[in-house]
Amino acid sequence: MKFLQNIIHSVKPNFEEGGKLHKYYYVFEAFETLAFQPETTTGHKGAHIRDANDTKRMMSMVIFAMVPCLLFGIYNAGYQHFIATGQEADLIPMLITGTILVLPIIVVSYGVGLGIEFTFATIRRHPVNEGFLVSGMLIPLIVPTTIPLWQVALATAFGVIIAKEVFGGTGMNIFNVALTTRAFLYFAYPSQISGEVWTYLGDKTTVDGYSGATPLAVAYEASSKGTQSVTAALSETNTVLQSDFYSFYNMFMGFIPGSIGETSTLMALIGAVILIITGVGSWKIIVSVFAGALAMGLGFNAVGVNEYMLIPAHYHLVMGGLAFGAVFMATDPVTASQTELGKWIYGFLIGVLTVIIRVVNPAYPEGIMLAILFMNVFAPLIDFYIVKANKTRRLSRVTV
Amino acid sequence: MDLINLGIKSIFIENMVFAYFLGMCSYLAVSKKVSTALGLGAAVVFVLTITVPLDWFLNEFILKEGSLSWISGELATVDLSFLRFIMFIAVIAAMVQLVEMIIEKVSPALYGTLGIFLPLIAVNCAILGSSLFMAQRDYTLAEASVFGFSSGIGFLLAIVALAAIREKLKYSHVPDALKGLGITMLLTGLMGIAFMSFMGIKI
Repeated sequence: MKFLQNIIHSVKPNFEEGGKLHKYYYVFEAFETLAFQPETTTGHKGAHIRDANDTKRMMSMVIFAMVPCLLFGIYNAGYQHFIATGQEADLIPMLITGTILVLPIIVVSYGVGLGIEFTFATIRRHPVNEGFLVSGMLIPLIVPTTIPLWQVALATAFGVIIAKEVFGGTGMNIFNVALTTRAFLYFAYPSQISGEVWTYLGDKTTVDGYSGATPLAVAYEASSKGTQSVTAALSETNTVLQSDFYSFYNMFMGFIPGSIGETSTLMALIGAVILIITGVGSWKIIVSVFAGALAMGLGFNAVGVNEYMLIPAHYHLVMGGLAFGAVFMATDPVTASQTELGKWIYGFLIGVLTVIIRVVNPAYPEGIMLAILFMNVFAPLIDFYIVKANKTRRLSRVTV
Repeated sequence: MDLINLGIKSIFIENMVFAYFLGMCSYLAVSKKVSTALGLGAAVVFVLTITVPLDWFLNEFILKEGSLSWISGELATVDLSFLRFIMFIAVIAAMVQLVEMIIEKVSPALYGTLGIFLPLIAVNCAILGSSLFMAQRDYTLAEASVFGFSSGIGFLLAIVALAAIREKLKYSHVPDALKGLGITMLLTGLMGIAFMSFMGIKI
């Protein structure tokens, strides 16, 4: 550590006022504060902040919380590959295959995103926004393994520039960057992101009877045919390795096809525990998203017009990316509601909308992404009225 | 039930602003403050709720092909639908005058903030658009009333949401070249993506 500090101190004069590399001061500053606590303190007047816990530390905490999802995603990418091609394999080959699949996506996402960040920081002369540390990890986790890398690059550029940099960077955006990126992919290249070929095959072909459809696709298919219940259709999906592939247990653990990091509800919940303990994510939002999805699922059970509506409500919580979205994207402190009551409303409506989109909208099998984006639109409005109500309530207490 | 479905459809799925990009001028111009946006939105809801059923009568008994047959059988072949644009606009303009007088009387403060935009509702394409959609889709009177009201609510929702976001944008650091309308256009596009979550729902 001392060695690193010495290097930083020796090159620092070059970047300071009058140094020949002053133009790149903020690039330097980003690396300095990544490794060490900043030296600057608050001024003589006003509140004194004595806390090393700046945005960078907070963002790192979110990345730690995502590590279980990432590791499981890497394992699952390999696991699905060997299931689809019908081979038996040990843990190590699975992890190697998974890493070969997932690592390039992460590298591209970070490379493109951070490149844009540093360019904007240098031109607009503001500190580098560490928010991308999180977005750059989220983006690989919400795309399928088979996505072409150029699409990742293009969509990341779109997300970072249009959803974040034009608003001034981290903390000032209205829409979640990772979700905007995914929405861009979704609407621009629907065949790569909504098809049923989400499993990497390589030069091999699939074994007989392998469909590769995600649980949500199976559920929708069963519902539109209407001959059997969705749970029956799910439990009849078999693979060579095991029957009852889409059991509740498998969907909860995440041994199913899907986007890289979203399949495992368990890993998302581990992430949620880390976020809540460290105080980075709001437990109110996470709880209310699940509550909203459950309530809407039960509501549909009561209506029960088609098979999809009759699906047990707790299935909605483990299928698709609901848990991942609730834990890592709905809790985004910038785009979510800022007021405490607002967080309950915001989260609850996300859950409700997710289930509505899944069940009612035939165009989209998954709803969590669009539900969160939709509520991003209305979060400022919710806050506005809650703050206004608070003001009115306090004014009524005032006696002159 | 069909009427409720039509209402939900025209608020969310076929939102005037995000699905058809109608009414953009007032949507972009009067969305700086939530209170003003709410006022304009309410005025649009009011005007739409009145004009669409009125235009329905106009269309049904005067303009549509064969609609003059209630006067005499000889007129059954007359088709005046080419007069739709001008007639609908006339009805809308008259209604806007009425709204203007009411608002001036009831709330002079709101009248002051809405300013020039109130007369401009007369040429708000969302309002003429709703009437034309109504004629094109052959709605019944009940459907036309629901459609007019819920299109207005859709516009209100969109403009109030945008206004709340723009109030929050005060804390953002937008590049100089994009300040004002530029960033609002981008925002509208992003909001349109979010509203696409409902597209494809058939009810």
